[in-house]
Amino acid sequence: MNFIESIVSIIQKHGTAFLEATTITVSITAISLIIATVIGLVFAFFKVSNIWILAKLADIYIFIVRGLPLIVLIMFLYYGISSVIVLSDFIAGAVALGIHSGAYLAEIFRGAIQSVDRGQNEAARSLGMTAPLTMSTIILPQAFKRAIPALGNQFIIGLKDSSLVAYIAVTELFSHALTASAENYMPFETYLVVGFYYLGLVLIFTLLLNYVEKRLNTENLYMKKLKKKTHSL
Amino acid sequence: MIKVTNLKKSFGDLEVLKDINVQINKNEVVVVIGPSGSGKSTLLRCLNKLEETTSGTILLNNIDLTNKKVNINKVREDIGMIFQQFNLFPHKTVLENIIIAPMKIRKKSRKDAENAAYILLDKLGLVDKATAYPDSLSGGQKQRIAIARALAMEPKVMLFDEPTSALDPEMVGEVLNVMKQLAHGGMTMVVVTHEMGFAREVGDRVIFMDEGYVIEEADPKQLFSNPQHERTKAFLSKVL
Ligand SMILES: Nc1ncnc2c1ncn2[C@@H]1O[C@H](COP(=O)(O)OP(=O)(O)O)[C@@H](O)[C@H]1O
Ligand SMILES: [Mg+2]
Repeated sequence: MNFIESIVSIIQKHGTAFLEATTITVSITAISLIIATVIGLVFAFFKVSNIWILAKLADIYIFIVRGLPLIVLIMFLYYGISSVIVLSDFIAGAVALGIHSGAYLAEIFRGAIQSVDRGQNEAARSLGMTAPLTMSTIILPQAFKRAIPALGNQFIIGLKDSSLVAYIAVTELFSHALTASAENYMPFETYLVVGFYYLGLVLIFTLLLNYVEKRLNTENLYMKKLKKKTHSL
Repeated sequence: MIKVTNLKKSFGDLEVLKDINVQINKNEVVVVIGPSGSGKSTLLRCLNKLEETTSGTILLNNIDLTNKKVNINKVREDIGMIFQQFNLFPHKTVLENIIIAPMKIRKKSRKDAENAAYILLDKLGLVDKATAYPDSLSGGQKQRIAIARALAMEPKVMLFDEPTSALDPEMVGEVLNVMKQLAHGGMTMVVVTHEMGFAREVGDRVIFMDEGYVIEEADPKQLFSNPQHERTKAFLSKVL
């Protein structure tokens, strides 16, 4: 069997299974990123709050999570938590990934929130808006827009990191590659094929992100053009 | 309406306001002048608690704002503030900038809030900018929209912190005109400005500050033509 034939045989044999596994990769990534976004926002709020103890708490969280190898966190959660509460492999994996990405998202959100001009907060507060209302309607929308490139980057890292949950028996894409290559004795070709699955996912996500970013950037411009048009009519 | 007594304010070791005593009466236009760094902005920002005071009292209609139990959000609803840098919300249209506070805080319906906003925009000659974003406006337009946004809350007092200092010279007039109209309409105003013409023409009283003290306060004509203190004389000789 030459190289091309091996590749073809792998795709024929495992292609559909890989595709199914891809849906697990995508769903565990999506769920973990939702968890991460919630965690990230909460700890970002802690860090920008004037409450010393909350800011410290966020620092400690970020220090621990960033300091631990992700695989250690996954194993710890899987064996540690599962011995107390029964968690499915999938949930344990999603939570571990979420806790991990959450620490990075917290820093991204904090930076974006602090990058919004102080005058925005002062203007809103001077109108009588409460701090939470100011955060949700004035600061966060502006911060989110600025955070998108960094968020996208972190989401892609999250997608790739999801491969590590293969080690706690979540049957996502990488775990299929592990089993397939053990069966067919063609690890090089198998990982090559799986590599392209990941690249495909990242490509789709990147295109989606570019689209969102462009929409947000042109929204104002578009409104202005629309305005001009209706005027000249 | 506002009575400031023995107000002190420090940033760390730096004492910026040193025993300020001023009173602002209803319907009065008080202009605050003084060299840069003398504490004018800090005084203004203490009046709506954008800065925490160190000691002293600020009575607004007999409510002591320095009392921790006072709901400062409620108080701020009645105090409009205009900033040098406009601080419009860039992600919202002109109309949204104006209606957000009346809707979210005064709980007005969108329809009522928009109607009120259009009346304000009409007075300012800016109705055609309602759906524009702040980025597309000139400085003078931005500041007038900022004034409209504050007015939409129907404040009892308006604070202006150098409202024309960031503007190109040709746009200063349009903003000052709006402020004059407001003054003639009976709005109680505290205005920090370097526009001495405005102070003379519109001000009921001028307060001269230097190094954290109110050095002199008087009727504008009197203060400009016959200043009592050396520091006031020195300052006026530089700006007039
Ligand atoms: N947030 C702050 N932290 C520390 N120092 C400040 C702060 N705000 C103002 N100051 C200082 O207080 C003094 C008075 O400032 P300000 O009230 O802005 O003066 P003015 O408006 O008259 O130019 C200045 O020396 C300024 O550097
Ligand atoms: Mg100032």
